[in-house]
Amino acid sequence: MLRLPTLFRLVAFAVLIAFLVQPQWFEPLLRPLVQENAPAIYNQGSLLQLTLLHLRTVAIATAGAIVVALALAILVTRSSGAEFLPLSRSLVNIGQTFPPVAVLALAVPIFGFGEKPTLIALFLYGLLPIFENALTGLTTLPPSIMEAARGTGMTGRQRLMKIELPLAMPVILAGIRLSVVISLATATIGSTVAARTLGEVIIAGLQSNNLAFVVQGGLIVAVLAVLIHDALQAAERSIGSRMGR
Amino acid sequence: MQFRVDKLGVIIAALAAYGAFLAPFATFRANRIVAGEARSISEALPSAWTVVVLLLVVAAVIVAVLKTPSRLRLGTAFATIAALALGIGAAAGHLTPPENTYARVSPASGFWILLFALGLLAADALARLRPSPLVRVLFLSAVLGFIAAVLTSGTWDGLSLLKEYASRADTFWAEAGKHVTLALGSLAAATIVGIPLGVLCHRVTRLRDGLLGVLNAIQTIPSIALFGILIAPLGWIAIHVPGAAAIGIRGIGTAPAFVALFLYSLLPVVANTVVGLAGVPREANDAARGIGMTDFQRLVGIEFPLAFPVILTGIRIVLVQNIGLATIAALIGGGGFGVFVFQGVGQTAMDLVLLGAVPTVLLAFTAAIVLDAMIEMATPNRSQVQSA
Repeated sequence: MLRLPTLFRLVAFAVLIAFLVQPQWFEPLLRPLVQENAPAIYNQGSLLQLTLLHLRTVAIATAGAIVVALALAILVTRSSGAEFLPLSRSLVNIGQTFPPVAVLALAVPIFGFGEKPTLIALFLYGLLPIFENALTGLTTLPPSIMEAARGTGMTGRQRLMKIELPLAMPVILAGIRLSVVISLATATIGSTVAARTLGEVIIAGLQSNNLAFVVQGGLIVAVLAVLIHDALQAAERSIGSRMGR
Repeated sequence: MQFRVDKLGVIIAALAAYGAFLAPFATFRANRIVAGEARSISEALPSAWTVVVLLLVVAAVIVAVLKTPSRLRLGTAFATIAALALGIGAAAGHLTPPENTYARVSPASGFWILLFALGLLAADALARLRPSPLVRVLFLSAVLGFIAAVLTSGTWDGLSLLKEYASRADTFWAEAGKHVTLALGSLAAATIVGIPLGVLCHRVTRLRDGLLGVLNAIQTIPSIALFGILIAPLGWIAIHVPGAAAIGIRGIGTAPAFVALFLYSLLPVVANTVVGLAGVPREANDAARGIGMTDFQRLVGIEFPLAFPVILTGIRIVLVQNIGLATIAALIGGGGFGVFVFQGVGQTAMDLVLLGAVPTVLLAFTAAIVLDAMIEMATPNRSQVQSA
């Protein structure tokens, strides 16, 4: 039997898909928000296409951030990279006090307008939570297990692949989820630097004083973010339970 | 004595060498709009300054590469950063032709790379020294004091960033006020509402899961979307509820930004209050009950003080997050430093972006250090808290 929250999410997902594919079905609902002759449904591009572009940007940036953050975290937690560990910790702390908007705005003069600065900002900002959680996961492993792994004669590489990474995985996955949620939000602001994302709908609404645009853009982004967050959380739980945690 | 090489130092040295010798130190533009021309250190600085800056950079590189005591590394890093800061001011005077008010001089990539490399050196030394919270705050005050002194002395007045400021001094402080009011006001409101909610959640388990779930979902919604969604209901309230418009409730502007920041702030405050109260040892509560304390006395006298460091951690998260998010309020007419950031992006005026971004970052950074120090001082077992 379906639990109530799951049912609620499925309905939200179905409505979201319906809205993206057939937005005109919802026109009567949004009509009261606009003046007589203003369009109630975003008319400067397809909502579905914007959503896909938005998701693509987030996916590319997150994939890059996962690879780089994990590699760095593994590097600084090996004995040969130990000299970098204290600095890595403070860099993560300092980096997270930088607002995403600032990172995005400062990327513009270097990389120009459009997709590129958004991708760079998403990538840089997405690194932090993954790196932080991977560091936490890899440095707080129970010493008894590490001792046992060494005792059975496992090489450093085997220990990393078979013991350390699997044990740290739940914490790392939580970091990835956090990073995706932040990226979804930052990508929305990316449309202020002319990246094609769902932020475009909200900004267009704000500029032309069209409340319907603002509300539909805001709702699509919000529902998307909440659903993706919950889906990732569910995936974490199922991976976690398979690993016996 | 044998010299050993510091791996991190090698990276810092390579960055610093690139920044000092290969990348341009300053950019010169004939006016605000035209493309800039790059100037190396020796071109940008009067010869005496060139010698001072380069000598200090070389000293910092040597100190970084060799394994040296952390205090020496920190001292050298800060001395070199100070020289760079004063030097870029001197560059402005040196590069701007006399009587020319249109020319713009700004720091170029070499300056930023040098600053980044030296910042790494300083951050690494600080992380190794593990200074006590009080020392960290004193250190921060010294750095802020230095920046304030350089700003008031007029050393940087020739720089493009300060020229942008000079032409907007009034708006700058008005937006700064709005930014701080938004960030602190929503934090205050969230603390007043969130802590009692947290206490309630702690006592009533069924309420806890539901409320935390809803707050979690809100936290997931991207800020600009939440700002946008709130415009509709607040606009409706402004029109239909008598007196609402009079106290400043409007569809766009500060009201939706304030409400959104307040909603974002609730989760960390409520969740940390719950976690903090749950962490109060059973023995402490039993002892309090044993001596006949009422529920309220127990809450105020025992539970709350013990949970305080965890609640403070929630407040720190909220404050840093709000200072950053308040920038986005500018998109819906809520003011704040974001006004300059988005204007700058619109006009492709980098200096204007910096005028909004630098104070925001400084503010968030200061808040993080001060609150981290407060949390560490409030925590009985200091070794358990990680420092920034």
